[in-house]
Amino acid sequence: MNKPIRVVSVFCLVLFLALLVNATYLMYVRADSLSEDPRNRRIITAAYSRERGAILVGKEAIARSVPSDDKYKFQRTYSEPFKYAPLTGYFAFFSQTGVERSQNEVLSGDDSRLFVTRLVDLLSNTDPKGGNVLLTVNAAAQDAAWAGLENLPGDAQGAVVALEPSTGRVLAMASTPTFDPNDFASHDFTAVRDLDQTLNNDPREPLINRAIGTTLPPGSTFKLVTAAAAIESGNYDADSMVPGGSRFQLPESTTTIRNHDGGDCGGRRITLTQAMQVSCNVTFLSLANELGTEAMADQAEKFGFNSTSLEDLGGQARSLYPRDMDAPQTAMSGIGQSSVTATPLQMAMVAAAIANDGDVMRPYVVDEVRAPNLSVLDRTDPQSISKAMSSTTADELTKMLVATVESGTATPAQIPGLEVAGKTGTAQSTDDRPPYAWFVSFAPADDPKVAVAVLVQSSETARAEIAGGLLGGPIAKAVMEAVIGP
Amino acid sequence: MGFVHRRRRGAELFLLVLALAVGIGAYAAVGLGVEGTVPADLVGYGGWLTALIVAAHVTVRIVAPYADPVLLPLVAALNGLGLAILRRLDLTYEAIGNDDHTFARQQLTWMTLGVVLFIATLFLLRDHRSLQRLTYTSGLTAIVLLLLPFVPVIGVPINGANIWIRVAGFSFQPGEVAKVLLVVAFSGYLVLHRDALALAGRRVVFIDLPRGRDLGPILAMFGVSMMILVAQNDLGSSLLFFGLFLAMLYVATERPGWLVVGGLLFAAGALAAYTFVPNVQNRFNFWLHPMDYYEETPGSGQLVEAMFGMGWGGLIGRGLGNGFPERVPFAYSDFIVSTIGEELGLTAVMAIVLCYGLIVERALRIALISRDGFGKLMAVGLGSIVALQVFVVIGGVTGLIPLTGLTTPFLSYGGSSLVANWVVIALLLRISDQARRPTPRLDPVDDAGADSETTQVVKLK
Repeated sequence: MNKPIRVVSVFCLVLFLALLVNATYLMYVRADSLSEDPRNRRIITAAYSRERGAILVGKEAIARSVPSDDKYKFQRTYSEPFKYAPLTGYFAFFSQTGVERSQNEVLSGDDSRLFVTRLVDLLSNTDPKGGNVLLTVNAAAQDAAWAGLENLPGDAQGAVVALEPSTGRVLAMASTPTFDPNDFASHDFTAVRDLDQTLNNDPREPLINRAIGTTLPPGSTFKLVTAAAAIESGNYDADSMVPGGSRFQLPESTTTIRNHDGGDCGGRRITLTQAMQVSCNVTFLSLANELGTEAMADQAEKFGFNSTSLEDLGGQARSLYPRDMDAPQTAMSGIGQSSVTATPLQMAMVAAAIANDGDVMRPYVVDEVRAPNLSVLDRTDPQSISKAMSSTTADELTKMLVATVESGTATPAQIPGLEVAGKTGTAQSTDDRPPYAWFVSFAPADDPKVAVAVLVQSSETARAEIAGGLLGGPIAKAVMEAVIGP
Repeated sequence: MGFVHRRRRGAELFLLVLALAVGIGAYAAVGLGVEGTVPADLVGYGGWLTALIVAAHVTVRIVAPYADPVLLPLVAALNGLGLAILRRLDLTYEAIGNDDHTFARQQLTWMTLGVVLFIATLFLLRDHRSLQRLTYTSGLTAIVLLLLPFVPVIGVPINGANIWIRVAGFSFQPGEVAKVLLVVAFSGYLVLHRDALALAGRRVVFIDLPRGRDLGPILAMFGVSMMILVAQNDLGSSLLFFGLFLAMLYVATERPGWLVVGGLLFAAGALAAYTFVPNVQNRFNFWLHPMDYYEETPGSGQLVEAMFGMGWGGLIGRGLGNGFPERVPFAYSDFIVSTIGEELGLTAVMAIVLCYGLIVERALRIALISRDGFGKLMAVGLGSIVALQVFVVIGGVTGLIPLTGLTTPFLSYGGSSLVANWVVIALLLRISDQARRPTPRLDPVDDAGADSETTQVVKLK
């Protein structure tokens, strides 16, 4: 009977080999595709139940995980939820936004830079912990920005962005109305889903980070770009005489545009500085008309229009300067109307570029990535993304903007003992909605430490009072003071 | 005198120490991984496990000194690991509020009973050939046992299968014992009738069909058990019995034609089952497209969760206590391999499959060297049971073949299975002891007085 026993042996060998090969296929070859299956709750739950790293501003953890009693082991909490919501985003079971999402790998501990930590955890059989993320945000500036937005009258929608001109660090980023990320971190998933639905359907769009996610016509603040293009063309400087007057006839059209106050900007020929001081529409309409779409678009793109630059925070909308505008549209673009749209971040980048001798720095919110034991794993290096203008042009523009704050439309941003450069903007939308109020500024003018853009999108302020200076100016001033200090 | 097998009891002891290290080490690791501390009862638990293993080893030394030295350590390691995994599941079930969270404790009790029966078998059964006398008795008993779950009061259907009886609070699967008895019955019958089965008969097409009176009884025995299993809705056991029957028939008759006939019968049976039994059709579809039926009921949720878990475990696993085995229903019985895959990784799954492979290899080796036909057939039958059972259940859980319910020998929670398998090992050891024992010397008592009339005296060593 030995021959058939040998046959049976070989058959059993085949069976066991098949088991081994199949187990290898399932657990090694297919492992990755199984992990990527969205129905694989193990992956989600594991990430969710880990001790996630903290998001730090200075020494304060604005988001951290504390032990909880339920099966998910840890509860994410936000110490100043509304103030920092646009930055932190939320961390829910099914989705994340903001830094919680962009830095998820680090916070959850999966990032390759945390490899050594993970290895140690594995060998010592301790639960893996996530790394910490230090933001570039200046707590005082963020406080000022949030307080400014909160103190706006009525049911305002607005945003503030502050940058460090020399590096591109985001010093403050606030948006209102916003949401409480603590509600999203709840382990009651039904409540979270309901909340998500409610907030998504809210016409005031509390889930949007207006500082980077809302694009609106930049209005008169775009005159900085028009002026930069004009000076870069080589035909103008701060003292050049430019067309003033009370009205501008759009090319190929019968429409005429007046100045916002109906005046004549102080004469038929005025200096460029004076035009900036009084925010003369006629001047910048004619400059844009003279420079043409090409030159204007090139200048706008050097500042960062038509592209996105923020890499460590999701949700940046592209600010647009379309290249296919006709002559009247191009002229209108000179005062930030027609199809030109910008985010508050983009306008802060324009101000920061002027403050930084023309160098546009890539904005960033993550300063350092730290291991759970607080050792620094990585630090973001400032990176220049383009040269928007020569330093001479930047100096000329700075002079003009300082004059605008000293004795022009932007006087609300004056800080005693400091030279501040700034510009207001008021952009028209439809007749039944109030205009948008903008304010961009930087200070100190001779050695800029901070550049700010403020957008007040909708507020119950009387229409006549929405001169950008009155709403945005004090907020910008408070943020600049907070950064520069006493 | 030619080749004599060595006893190798020292080697067995050494391997048993390793096996105990696996079992007790795993138990300590469960405590460390899940609770963060070494379990408080580690000494008591380890002591008990050691006592059981030592008792088994000493018994083998006394009553089966020439038995195969590898089988017992393999079984001890698997049983120990299974206990640790059950303990790990208990802790989780307790944490999430399941009512049943004493699987490990119960399993240890059953293991104790298993070892007692192991020892009893070795002591009482000094020669396996005495079982040959019980051919028909065991066949009949097997069928009675298989019928027990149909008896109204004691039979309880659990999860759609009528394979359980409940007596005095204890659940028992009589089928697990029946399979051992059937091996005895098949061996006893086949060893007597193998020549008749192989040689007498008519040739139909290319197969020598045996005479009806030779094949009849065994076919009846087989047919009745298959019908009972089908009526009990127990696919896994049907598959197991069919394979067992085929393997033994092939080994006994040495006719490969039986494999062809068996293969054809299997294909026909599978096709008929697929066509007429919706449950079989479902299982087949879940196997082919598990991901498509994940959220349906009945669906492949259990299988897909097991696959997610094993995929997540990867090469070295998540570590004991760091997985989510509770996501897989029946992780403590049929799906225990998915728990091991998830928390101990591919490495452990391979190690376990190799352990089973070695058990089967030892069983077939025993069959090869066994000196009597009955022993050969029994060893082949018992080895085939382990091989088929492991293949059907691990193959099902890992998606190699359609899923049919069976327990994983020695690992899964289940008293009847554990006890029956310990007896299987005792029988294998008994056969191997007989096979490896030096042959009695045939010495003439007195050379001078030797003539053709003198009866030869067999001198036992």
